[in-house]
Amino acid sequence: MSLLALDRVAKRFDNGTEALKDLSFTVGQGEFVSLLGPSGCGKSTALRLIAGLASPDDGTLQWKDARPDLGFVFQEPTLMPWADALTNVRLPLDLQKIAHGEAEARAGNALARMGLASFARALPRELSGGMKMRVSIARALAARPRLLLMDEPFAALDEPSRQGLNDDLKRLAREDSITVIFVTHSVTEATYLSDRVLVMTPRPGRIKADIALPPGPRERLSPAFAQSQKRVADALLEPT
Amino acid sequence: MKRAASLLLPLLLGLALLGLWEGVVAVRHIPPYVLPAPSAIARALIANFASLMLSLLSTLTVTLEGFAAALVAGVGLAIAFSQSRTLERMLYPYAVVLQVTPVVAIAPLILIWVGFERIDLALALIAALVAFFPILSNTTLGLKSADFHLIDLMRLYGASRWQILWRVRLPSALPYLLGAMKIAGGLSLIGAVVAEFVAGSGTATGLAWRIVEAGNRLEIATLFAALLLLALLGIALFAGFSLLEWALLRRWHESALRPQP
Ligand SMILES: Nc1ncnc2c1ncn2[C@@H]1O[C@H](COP(=O)(O)OP(=O)(O)OP(=O)(O)O)[C@@H](O)[C@H]1O
Ligand SMILES: [Mg+2]
Repeated sequence: MSLLALDRVAKRFDNGTEALKDLSFTVGQGEFVSLLGPSGCGKSTALRLIAGLASPDDGTLQWKDARPDLGFVFQEPTLMPWADALTNVRLPLDLQKIAHGEAEARAGNALARMGLASFARALPRELSGGMKMRVSIARALAARPRLLLMDEPFAALDEPSRQGLNDDLKRLAREDSITVIFVTHSVTEATYLSDRVLVMTPRPGRIKADIALPPGPRERLSPAFAQSQKRVADALLEPT
Repeated sequence: MKRAASLLLPLLLGLALLGLWEGVVAVRHIPPYVLPAPSAIARALIANFASLMLSLLSTLTVTLEGFAAALVAGVGLAIAFSQSRTLERMLYPYAVVLQVTPVVAIAPLILIWVGFERIDLALALIAALVAFFPILSNTTLGLKSADFHLIDLMRLYGASRWQILWRVRLPSALPYLLGAMKIAGGLSLIGAVVAEFVAGSGTATGLAWRIVEAGNRLEIATLFAALLLLALLGIALFAGFSLLEWALLRRWHESALRPQP
């Protein structure tokens, strides 16, 4: 059985907006799944439902066992502006009552993996947008989640930073065998990162295509990659 | 250069105005019970220095006591509001009523209830009432203004409400609270002065009472000296709170940041 199964999930907001309707998909253990869809189709809403930050109005959301330990990376870095990078990364560890020394070491380690070892004592305002995003990812990773939810984490970044972070993320997810649900607008990013791409319809969002990509490493300039990318793009553009 | 100018220019203007004042009083022979010259005010200040300082201390004590009470009550109630919307809906209208009622109007009542034998308590209470509302409303707003994604994140990691309050809401509210403290410091001084005016003869010993007394005796120079001390006290309070704000926020908060040249 898969790690997570959504079955005909619906979500309406108080103002009557129907964000999701009949949203069904599954995510397997260790899979890297992208949610791709137009702006406002309910991707963030779906992530919040999965995280348990909101509950569905209809349908079911089922876990294989219990909800695994989660990491959440928001579209904005969402750091505490008064705390330095290390303290920000340590936040989930502190909340889990992990001993100070160990928390410090693990947070430092997570920062180092994101290439920010020398910025542990920097405040968010002393970091660039891309660096803040890396801190936010380090914070999610430091808690050693089994499932990582990421909401357009690289949307605001320049292409080289974005590609660098894509590579880092892919490597880290594989090394720690983390399941990832990754929301993005970008066909290229979805194709590059994912085992599967779930393409959503405009609001109210549901899945209109579930595309399994060939396994193995991806070469951004290879013809095979271009082909995969075209499959995803076609599915996204196809009228519903 | 620019900084020196921004200090020097107002100072020069002040000196020029004082000189003009001194000159006009001398040339036109204005009687000292109408408008004393600055030199006369200085003399009055020196002559009554010890007693004026005692009065200053008395007003300062009342102001700070009132301020501290307003701070504790305002922040405490704001925290309670942040934990319970029901409580907020229930109590906030009354806080507003308290705010829009001119406290001067209930000052005599407070004096009677608390009693003239505990005059300092009554004065501090009036000062606290005046300073209370900005602290309550700003802190309430500040506690609500915390980044809700950050709060979601805390929830995700199983944080309790108190952890969320302590680690996210309170630090987010700090800039709002410090802004309110600057306003409330001045307000509690006003509250203390008004309270002394209302308390009247024989009981109050602060600067405001000295102003009333000096006015009755037509010792206008002493009146001005007391007024000067009150103004200095207000400035000192404002400067103190500004310094505190700067010390606590300068490293991280937008308000204290400026682009590096
Ligand atoms: N709290 C809310 N109250 C009312 N409507 C909401 C709320 N949050 C989201 N919506 C609406 O629900 C729909 C889906 O929003 P959501 O944020 O999930 O979209 P999204 O797919 O993440 O969009 P984007 O790609 O632009 O981030 C939108 O039409 C939005 O206006
Ligand atoms: Mg979104």
